[in-house]
Amino acid sequence: MTVRDLVNELGLKVFSGEKGLDRQVNGGYVSDLLSDVMGNAGEGMVWITLQTHRNVTAVASLKDLSAVLLVKGLKPDEDMAQQAGEEGLPVLGTDLQAFEIAGKLYSLLNLT
Amino acid sequence: MKDYRADLHIHSVLSPCGDLDMSPRNIIRYAAGRKIDILGITDHNTTRHGPLMRKLGKEQGVFVLTGAEVTSREEVHCLAFFETDEQLASFQEYLDKELIPFKNDPGRFGHQVVVDKDDNILDEVENLLVYSIDQGIDQIGEKVHSLNGLFIPAHVNRSVNSLISQLGFVPAGIYADALEISRHVGRKEFLDKYPDLSHFTFIQSSDAHFPGDIGRVVTLFRINDLSFGEIKMALSGEKGRRVVLQ
Repeated sequence: MTVRDLVNELGLKVFSGEKGLDRQVNGGYVSDLLSDVMGNAGEGMVWITLQTHRNVTAVASLKDLSAVLLVKGLKPDEDMAQQAGEEGLPVLGTDLQAFEIAGKLYSLLNLT
Repeated sequence: MKDYRADLHIHSVLSPCGDLDMSPRNIIRYAAGRKIDILGITDHNTTRHGPLMRKLGKEQGVFVLTGAEVTSREEVHCLAFFETDEQLASFQEYLDKELIPFKNDPGRFGHQVVVDKDDNILDEVENLLVYSIDQGIDQIGEKVHSLNGLFIPAHVNRSVNSLISQLGFVPAGIYADALEISRHVGRKEFLDKYPDLSHFTFIQSSDAHFPGDIGRVVTLFRINDLSFGEIKMALSGEKGRRVVLQ
């Protein structure tokens, strides 16, 4: 499943990094502590978070995550969106909170 | 030029976690007893004991840097200091506006009392002060500098509420006057782990919540005299002024 499939299936917003929409998604990780994500998230995962700081882009790129998914209607900070655009890292958004969107993502990934 | 002993991270009784013995009067008395020349008063998300501390400090020969320990939206703790009572009051207005309102439960979190010079309780703050304010760390840094203040991310290597725990690493281009590292690590040990941070000035402080903790670690400021301007020059390493970790 690609990030683009995810966007279509879950009705997500795409804030930035459209270039990366064909990346493969192989799982998800939910955390708001960037140090935790650095230590524990795996390549190809979608990172579900409420953090909108520019360091999110750097951590996601460092860990080769497939996309960042912001919850509760949050938007990326300007510099985060810009860096993600430059790096082709999709920054997605949903109005749902983390538990709900993680549940949907989990069942979606298990179906395919 | 002379070396002055500084402890820039101290909580008073106004912080819910601050011991009841941490009244402004007691803090200054203990600090003077431990030969602290420069003391930073940094309650969680409030500056309200600052002006009194400054006044009491003056009487006892302790130079007080007035400020707060602010919790950002990312739950990063950072120290902010201001030179004048007017700048401090402007920053307090900002904190009042941005603190996310959540009623304190004193039984659970501790009392948040404002006291006078004789330890009489003047006021109790209703909203929980250890909560975060609705501003990102970069916005807080900008606000502090717009008031000509000093901005110092606190205990950056701690595993909770630090720049590194919350944001993974020190953001490139962060506008900080210094970084505070925890008292449990030396500058060299810290830089062995984070070599790209060597251009920062570092301070170490007690983060005291109890009288016995005041001055358990100090940072030396090599400056001409005790003033905000000299301290600022030391942090940026200007004209021979400098900051030395012990």
